[in-house]
Amino acid sequence: MTEPMGQTLSEKILSHHAGRSVAAGELVVVNVDGSMASDTTAPLTIKAFEEMGGKQVHDPSRTCLVIDHAAPAPNERIGNLHELMRQFARDQGTVLYDVGAGICHQLMVDNVHVRPGELFIGADSHTCSYGALGAFATGVGSTDLAAVWRTGKTWLKVPQTIRVEVDGTLRPGVQAKDLTLFLVGELGISGATYQAIEFCGSGVEQLDLGGRFTLANMAIEMGAKVGLVHPEGLSLPYEFTPLRPDDDARYVRHLSYDVDDLAPQLSAPGSPDDVHGLERYAGTPITYAFIGSCVNGRLEDLHTAARVLRDAHIAPGVRLVIAPASRDIFLRALGDGTVAELTRAGATFLPSGCGPCVGTHAGVPGDGETVISTANRNFTGRMGNPRAHVFLGAPSSVAAAALTGRITDPTPFLED
Amino acid sequence: MDTVLCGSAHVYGDDIDTDRIIPGKYTKTLDLQSLADHVLEDLDPEFRLRMRPGDMIIAGDNFGCGSSREQAPLALKTAGVSVVIARYFARIFYRNAINVGLPALEVPDLRAETGDEFTVDLAQGVVRNTTQGTEHQADRMPEVMMAILHSGGLVAYLRAHGTYPPTEPIGTTP
Repeated sequence: MTEPMGQTLSEKILSHHAGRSVAAGELVVVNVDGSMASDTTAPLTIKAFEEMGGKQVHDPSRTCLVIDHAAPAPNERIGNLHELMRQFARDQGTVLYDVGAGICHQLMVDNVHVRPGELFIGADSHTCSYGALGAFATGVGSTDLAAVWRTGKTWLKVPQTIRVEVDGTLRPGVQAKDLTLFLVGELGISGATYQAIEFCGSGVEQLDLGGRFTLANMAIEMGAKVGLVHPEGLSLPYEFTPLRPDDDARYVRHLSYDVDDLAPQLSAPGSPDDVHGLERYAGTPITYAFIGSCVNGRLEDLHTAARVLRDAHIAPGVRLVIAPASRDIFLRALGDGTVAELTRAGATFLPSGCGPCVGTHAGVPGDGETVISTANRNFTGRMGNPRAHVFLGAPSSVAAAALTGRITDPTPFLED
Repeated sequence: MDTVLCGSAHVYGDDIDTDRIIPGKYTKTLDLQSLADHVLEDLDPEFRLRMRPGDMIIAGDNFGCGSSREQAPLALKTAGVSVVIARYFARIFYRNAINVGLPALEVPDLRAETGDEFTVDLAQGVVRNTTQGTEHQADRMPEVMMAILHSGGLVAYLRAHGTYPPTEPIGTTP
């Protein structure tokens, strides 16, 4: 009789949901705890669900539809797709978040539609964000999600896992986004394809929930199926059982980094993994700065921007557009004066939602413009114009660029 | 579904993301023809003019990375692309392609120039470049994906079967 092998976090969670012990490389059919679709993916999901003979969604109370990608609707075509979602949610009794409630991923975590150790499937690639909680959460397309609605299950290949250990302490003014972009640059856009990542180490333990969310969110920009953050240091507003890998779990790669000396990072236009120290681009003129998206539209991100822009005004010729990640975040930023401060500094607020990140409506850049954004993707055409150039950076770096009109090291603004 | 496909190749490089396959601004629709009208628009504006039904997309590493939008394989399929062949696919695109019935093959050592004529035997996973006279073997896809592809996609598969087949632990399958 052989000893059972130690398991990674993915193996543990998938074993639990498969009803038997599974190991990396196996194909499994697993029970799904919760699911989500946005207005980009839900209409095709509804169509596929009906075409595959679906009558009743498997678990309506754990099925969420979120209108966030093009909200409010910019034209009648999208308005009708939103109506299709509302009608379906009413008929099926699913959860619906309508225009302005916020970005799907922020809502899933803040409103506890997903918990540590659960298996969650979302028809959006950044569903991996919930790895911040220690949930096995991954993105699929519309038809795969329709199958979850129909059967309550999905099939997966149990992934091998890369263990990424981050030690040290980020310097003042260097943010979780800088660490995240650094790791995207190190692993590359396909570095973890078909694989899971586990993030651990003292540098990760110090991150708050928002920082962990940022890190797990961009696991997909490292190509990963999931990015699971170890639970040490995790604080949630409800009780949970921390899930840890076994000491003798088997990893396909071990990577370790020390971040004591990490400087602010930027992803250069074209691909999120073209990451360099911000210094390389210092002085580059920008005309458009965006703060928001599922990776960096949180209250602390608005607070960072307000610190950089305190008692100042953005540079002439620059637009600063901000889309808070949820209505709740917007309300809190209204209540503590942050919205007023940023608006006085020249910022324009958009409704809570994906905003300009997906290039569908508000805030499409013009030809030849250079943009700096807190979002997670800068593929050609991502923001709606293939002739614009989009840098990705931390909220601090975006605010500093808005202030000066040029790419600027934000750390001096955040040192006090 | 035809199991032997013939067509000419349109060759692209590594890391072709789904934003370049179909930009996000066109994805909010159920009109598949409108997706096809803009397929690969930012990557290769001439593609729509050049391509003929049955043509094939051949790419390098990590084809279809980025957004989970199923509109990407739907746009390719509706435009008339018969098969996508890559060194390997980004995970979500690979699933989506098979789920919508667009054949997708992973071939590690493919040689191709745009305009080369190909014959692809889906059942055997054999890819022949008839212009260059080379033959390549595709990697075997997971059985569940093969079953879905043979059904014509996941909608047809679940209409027929109702749910997924049970999976067996490694070592117990023949």
